[in-house]
Amino acid sequence: MQREANLASHTGDGSSRRDFIVIAAQAFAGVGAAIALWPFIQQMNPDASTQALASTEVDLSPVKEGQAITVVWRGKPVFIRNRTPEEVKAAVEVKMAELADPSARNDMLPEKAPATDGNRTKPKHGNWLVLVGICTHLGCIPKGQSLTDAKGEYGGWFCPCHGSHYDTAGRIRKGPAPRNLEVPPYEFTSDTRIKIG
Amino acid sequence: MATHESTFRPTTRFGKWLDARLPLPRMMHGQFVEFPTPRNLNYLWTTGGLLTFFLAVQILTGIVLAMHFIPSAADAFNSVEHIRRDVNYGWLIRNMHAVGASMFFLAVYIHIARGLYYGSYKAPREILWIIGVVILILMMATAFMGYSLPWGQMSFWAVTVITNLFSSVDSIIPGLGTRIVQWLWGGYSVSGTTLTRFYSLHYLLPFVIVGAVGLHIWALHAVGQNNPTGLEIKTASDSVPMAPHAVMKDAFALSVFVLLFAWFIFFAPDYLGHADNYIEANPLSTPPHIVPEWYFLPYYAILRAIPNKLLGVVAMFAAIIILCFAPWLDTSRVRSCKYRPIYKWFLFLFIITVIALGYLGSKPPEGAYVYWSRIFTAYYFMHFLIVMPIVGVMETPSTMPRSITESVLGRGGAPTPAKAAAAPERR
Repeated sequence: MQREANLASHTGDGSSRRDFIVIAAQAFAGVGAAIALWPFIQQMNPDASTQALASTEVDLSPVKEGQAITVVWRGKPVFIRNRTPEEVKAAVEVKMAELADPSARNDMLPEKAPATDGNRTKPKHGNWLVLVGICTHLGCIPKGQSLTDAKGEYGGWFCPCHGSHYDTAGRIRKGPAPRNLEVPPYEFTSDTRIKIG
Repeated sequence: MATHESTFRPTTRFGKWLDARLPLPRMMHGQFVEFPTPRNLNYLWTTGGLLTFFLAVQILTGIVLAMHFIPSAADAFNSVEHIRRDVNYGWLIRNMHAVGASMFFLAVYIHIARGLYYGSYKAPREILWIIGVVILILMMATAFMGYSLPWGQMSFWAVTVITNLFSSVDSIIPGLGTRIVQWLWGGYSVSGTTLTRFYSLHYLLPFVIVGAVGLHIWALHAVGQNNPTGLEIKTASDSVPMAPHAVMKDAFALSVFVLLFAWFIFFAPDYLGHADNYIEANPLSTPPHIVPEWYFLPYYAILRAIPNKLLGVVAMFAAIIILCFAPWLDTSRVRSCKYRPIYKWFLFLFIITVIALGYLGSKPPEGAYVYWSRIFTAYYFMHFLIVMPIVGVMETPSTMPRSITESVLGRGGAPTPAKAAAAPERR
């Protein structure tokens, strides 16, 4: 006991300098281990070559009214539909209170923007609907792109995996999906061309 | 359990030399030869041995398949076909691995049902039981990642759907779920990068399972085996040495089970799989009807039964995790359902529920299927949260034998010579 007292000069409350050294050493090793772990976690995130494939240009001129095409952007399918006036009218007339997800889910608009048809499309190109074609439930590709597909109860898209129905503005109306189909960032480079991303 | 003197006697000079330095043969002898097993074990107690066998089969065949498989989006699908058609005996080894996964799950579900029926989760076997649940989760993760490797349509879309489960975190912290999913994928969608990392983990996890199985057996041998009566071993006449008694029984059950295994391998190797997985993965087209492998169907039904994404995911994981709490949710002081006249029927109902959920999970998510999925999902959780605690308190157990020996030989314990003469052993 005498020797220990000599080694560690006790302070009034019973803690010693040795306690401090032990805690400091443990904290140092802990922080070091956490920092060393970081590269091993970060290596799993999308790499530089994946991030580089950021944008895709699409020529819309072959897509006639009522038709839809699917293009690939960042490995994801993007739905581009040239909507008929009836489809646009159906989408515009929906009351906001009927929507399960009130957000426009438009990457170019703030989160709070309401999910009106206007906020889901571009001005002057209201017939064109551009969406990431991935069901917001568990990532299946909804049906509705081809003319013969089941389009669901709201005439837009229907996800066969777990039964989600989307309307003609790609908004979730029925089923387990929590969100409207996402509108990717895109712009019209001319009247018949868009650049996604 | 080494309460008595070991009968292990090394005879050779090398044996004695080794025993003084690394008494591994002594430990193996103690744990797997003279280890006392209850004398009344039925064939359900052979599933542990079966599972060990299938773990070994999966690792052995997996190591061989890894020599021929190419884990990239461009080559994976073709390399599996190459294994099936060109590699010498590749068809056999690949079928053993694919069917072996199903047999592994079949055996583990019987093993779990046995534990539930005979109350093997109750004190003092709680840790043993929880390690078992951990092994089940590891098996599921391994099977899921292994299923992605052939890179067929079902592989691809199973990975997409299951990894997307984590995006439900978005409804708690916006953006975090998406970050997690992209971290799992290594991209903005499931891609070859995802395949390669799953391959790495699919190779790793079986060895983690081996470690967990070691702990499982250690915990088992620390507390001793349960048995159909749920009584502990009290006297020497309650037990027999593991070898040859239990070992021979295990070997016979294994031979029978391997017949089933072989029948699938040789006559119906694809019966338990899905035809769509022979179409190469196409990221732009979801198959009209995605179903997981049969052993995941009950959980899939629970996921789809709940109309809210986050709650569906939570319920699916909770369905497995809730098993961990069985030792504390069950309030009965009797272990075995043999002596639980009321709970026994609820447990049968639970087993029917799991099978029904499995059937519903294979059906499209619409109409009556959704309705019944909800009913059975409700019972699945009610069984643990309501039936287990309440029935355990209310029920009067039926008369139990006083010991394992009595359950086998009747009252009076060991047979008297007169009785033995009157009823000679059947041979």
